[in-house]
This record gives sequence, structure tokens and C-alpha cells, in this order.
Amino acid sequence: MPLAKPTVAQIQELAARYPSKQSAIIPALWAVQHEQGYVSDEAMGEIAQHLGLPPSLIEATASFYSMFLTRPEGRHDVVICVNAPCMLRGADEMAAYLERQLGVRDGQTTADGAITWHSTIECLGACGGAPMMQVDHRFEENLTPERIDAIVQGLRKEPAPHGAEPKRTARPRVKKAQS
Amino acid sequence: MGIKAVLTRDFATENLEQLAVYERTGGYSGFKKALEMQPDALVDLVKASGLRGRGGAGFPTGNKWSFLPKGVYPRYLVCNADESEPGCFKDRYLIEESPHQVLEGILIASYAIGCNLAFIYIRGEYLPQTEALERAIEEARQAGYLGRNVLGKGYDIDVILHRGAGAYICGEETAMLTSLEGYRGEPRLKPPFPAVKGLYGKPTVVNNVETVCNLPHIVLNGAEWFKAMGTPTGAGTRLWCMSGHINRPGNYEMENGTPIRELIEEHGGGVWKNRKLKAFQPGGASMMVLLPEHLDVGLDFDAIAKAGSLAGAGAMVVMDETTCMVDAARRYVKFFEHESCGKCTPCREGTYWMANIFDRFEGGDAKPGDIDLLLDIGYNIDGRSFCPLGDASTWFPRSVIKFFRDEFQEHISQKGCPFKKALQEAVA
Repeated sequence: MPLAKPTVAQIQELAARYPSKQSAIIPALWAVQHEQGYVSDEAMGEIAQHLGLPPSLIEATASFYSMFLTRPEGRHDVVICVNAPCMLRGADEMAAYLERQLGVRDGQTTADGAITWHSTIECLGACGGAPMMQVDHRFEENLTPERIDAIVQGLRKEPAPHGAEPKRTARPRVKKAQS
Repeated sequence: MGIKAVLTRDFATENLEQLAVYERTGGYSGFKKALEMQPDALVDLVKASGLRGRGGAGFPTGNKWSFLPKGVYPRYLVCNADESEPGCFKDRYLIEESPHQVLEGILIASYAIGCNLAFIYIRGEYLPQTEALERAIEEARQAGYLGRNVLGKGYDIDVILHRGAGAYICGEETAMLTSLEGYRGEPRLKPPFPAVKGLYGKPTVVNNVETVCNLPHIVLNGAEWFKAMGTPTGAGTRLWCMSGHINRPGNYEMENGTPIRELIEEHGGGVWKNRKLKAFQPGGASMMVLLPEHLDVGLDFDAIAKAGSLAGAGAMVVMDETTCMVDAARRYVKFFEHESCGKCTPCREGTYWMANIFDRFEGGDAKPGDIDLLLDIGYNIDGRSFCPLGDASTWFPRSVIKFFRDEFQEHISQKGCPFKKALQEAVA
């Protein structure tokens, strides 16, 4: 699938923004993933063309960073942290519950194509609200089985967060309580 | 001593993320004052304040700035917002609550070192925070705080917000620069230090989010005011991220030198479920474990180092008496295994090997020699890799073996985790 025009324009704009066009590789990969949901070999080839760099450089970079998906996944991405600070507050139990509710193993996609889930040992930066999971690009903290049910139910109905038009997510939730 | 709101002073103000509200709390007056000063005077001011880098190493910020070679341009400032240390979530909080404070700090640092193009490297997972900074940059540009001829003072500065994509290693400053150049995020050998040869081979300063947030306050209130807070070698405050078995997890800005006991027992509300404290870890996944006997140590780089751990990036992970220390160490080792960039053999292979051994302990297959094998592997990683990731992967597990060797023995003799067994029996 060729890249949409706004994505191509964005890549060209990025190339001009940095002192070196190679610095535009990661932002360009983001732009592609934002449009198509993952980064295909074909798309990496296109990035290479627009940046005037060899395709091997694009793939070398893309394959290093865990957030770039190189194959299509479910409409929604659910990642649950099981590192020590989350483990201390019951992340293993929440991961096991999520697995039971979704009916597919770690790393797999539900039969309806709605959700790909996996556990991660990479801390996501929400230890104060552990156990937590990252749902697409938002953090869901202080998980309980009931909250997981509600989140999963919602996701099954929601469309994918990526699409052809560059789209902004909601403003961040700002906690006002001073801790 | 105790709670001291400097960076977080105005965080209760509604809509602080908006420029007009930030300005009403005195925002950008630090930058305006800085623009009236000579850049060298600013470097001297920050040196005199005793500000030390809040990213983990605690290196004096003013000294770092003064290492830039004279007359070599362009030079770059990179603000490290790649917060990824397990247990840390303070930069996220600072950005969410007051993105303009971060930006103002970046502008002051840039002006001081003579940089006209600054970068913010933010971790890929922080998308709402990236968007908050994006809006702040746009608002500041509209208001004339960045762009050409800022506030008519003849200074040009632009800021590029660069989003990472899931790599802990990119928080290490040389790996961050490699990543910013578009490559795989592998660290570089030092020297040359980034101050001499950094981004695109040019002189570069890398400063943490919390570090730059201190700058507007230091410029406005002076070095003496800043030095009056904290300890002789640890001026100011730090944000401490409390997590784990604590009643009130969250971020707490504490004056340096405040006893750890006060943070955990008073502000954190003590250990949850009325249980006893078994251990805690200041500084995040990388840092050595400490025991209840260390509760009276002060929250300070040097005091914590003297006690046998490191303050690192300001995490405080609390563990109660039911915690399996072997499993806690196993998680961290698996984390480092996952995040090792693969450049250096001792780290790449060593973390993999340690993770396998830890799995044997939890799975009931550990052999009597495995404890010493872990220590031996740890010894052979530490100090034998390019960057501190490899070193740090060994510090927590080795400290746990030192203080809790009997738990490892029990995992061997009981062929599995005694804590999980106790839990299963309690449920049954």
C-alpha cells in the first residue's frame, strides 16, 4: 500500500527540519505507523526514497526500536507491565486475568481482530499507578479485574487509533492533586 | 528538611500547562532575566548554585556546561526526557503539569551555552506528554519566546521535539545522540565526551528534564538561595517517585538530605496492609537494595552512596515482608536482558545468562553452584561494557545475594519459590 500524500509531505518536511536528513528516519517511521498501523518493507522502501537514503538504513533503525511494528496487528494494542514495581502491586494476577478474558496467549490477537496484547518487562513510567497497562497510547492505571473488563469491552467497539489522516489524541489527563 | 515545593510549587494551579497561566505564576521571568545576563555569568551562576544533574549520575550541571570547547559552533542542547528507569515517573509528571517550566529551563540552558538549536528527546510511550510539549512549544513560539531574535534581544533559538520508539538504552547520553542521528541507539565510547564531540560531531550538552526545571528558579532567586536548601554537596530538592508496597504511591518533591524514613513513613503513609518493611531501593532498577536499618539515611546523592546504593534517577521502590527478593531481582535482570542494545558481549550475553539462571531459581531447577555463578557473571559484566547499562544490570542482583542469600538457598532446597508456595497454601 503506497503512503498517503499527507504522510509523504510530512516525511519531506521532516527531512528539511533536521541538520541531517538521517535524523528524520525515526519520525518518518512514526508517521508511517500512524497512517498504516505498522511499517511494511514496502513503506520502509518509500521512506528511503523520500529521504534519499539506502533502505537498509531504514530497516536497521526500525528493527532496533520495540515500538515499531513490522507486521499488522489487532486494531488495538494492549501492553501490560510486569516489571518489579508493577509486580509488587499484582501485575502478574492482572496479566493472567487479561489473558483469560481475551482468550489468547501473550503476543497474540483476539479472534475478532480487535486486540493484540502482550506483557512487557519494559517499565512504562506509571509505577505510581501500578498495576498498569498501555492501551494504544494511553495509560490505564490502578487496574482491577472490573476495570480490565470495562476497558476490553470498550476496545472491542472502538475503531483503530491509526488512519490515513494525521489525528491528534485527546489532551492529557491532568491530575490536580499535588502529591 | 521535608517536603519542599520548588519545581512543583504551582502544580495545584488550574490550567498551568497554558502559557498565560504559567506566566501569571511568574513563568518565563527567569528566561527574561537570563537574557539580560552574559552567557558566561549564567554558567558561573549555575556552577555557584551547586546544581547537580537529576538524571542519575549527579554530575554538576555548571561544570558540564563549561566543558564545551571555546569558539566551536554550532553547539547543541539535548533535553533528556527519555525517562525509562523502572520505578521512575517524575519527568512525566513535570511535563504533564508544567510543560512550559521544562521549556523555559531549556531556553535558559541553551542561551547559557550558546546553542541555537535544542532538542527534546522524549520516550515514545509518552505520547500525551509529547503532545503537551508540542502545544507548549507552539504557544511559546507565538509569544516570541523562541524563534528568531527572541524578545528583541538578538538571540535565535529553536527547539525540536524528537520522539523515541521504545529503547531504555537511549536514556544513556551517547546512545541518545546516536539515536537522534537516526541510527540504532547504541552507546559510544567516551572520551570524546559529548561536550567535545556530541550530536553530529559538535559540542553538545545533555541535561535531564528535572535538571532544566531548576534553572528558572536559580536564575530568579540566586545561587545562595538554592544552596541554602539541601546538603552541602547536594543543593536543592529532588522529586522522588514512590512505588511498590506503599500506602500512597506518587511523586514527592523533598529537600535533599531529608531522612528516607520521613518519605516512606510520613508522606508515603508507610508500608501497605500494615506489613513490615523488608527492603527498599532508591534510584530505580539499577540501584542496590537497602534495608530497614538504612531508613535514617538522607535523600542525597552522597549519603545514599555512602550507605551502599545510589540515588540514581530518584525512584523509591518499597518492598514488604512478603516480597520474594529473588523474583524482584529476576524481573530487573530480565529487563536489562531485554534492553541491552547488544553492542558489548559481556552485557548482551551476561544479562541473558543471568536471566536464565534466575528462571531456574523461580522454576525450581537451580543448582547449589548457581548463586556463585550469578556473582561470577556479575563480576564479569561490571566495568566491562561501553555504557553503564551492563554495570547496572548486576548491581541489584548482587546486592540481593549479599543481603538475602538465604532466600536463594531456600529456592534451591525447596525446588521453587517459597513465597509462592506460602501464598498458594494460604489461599487453599
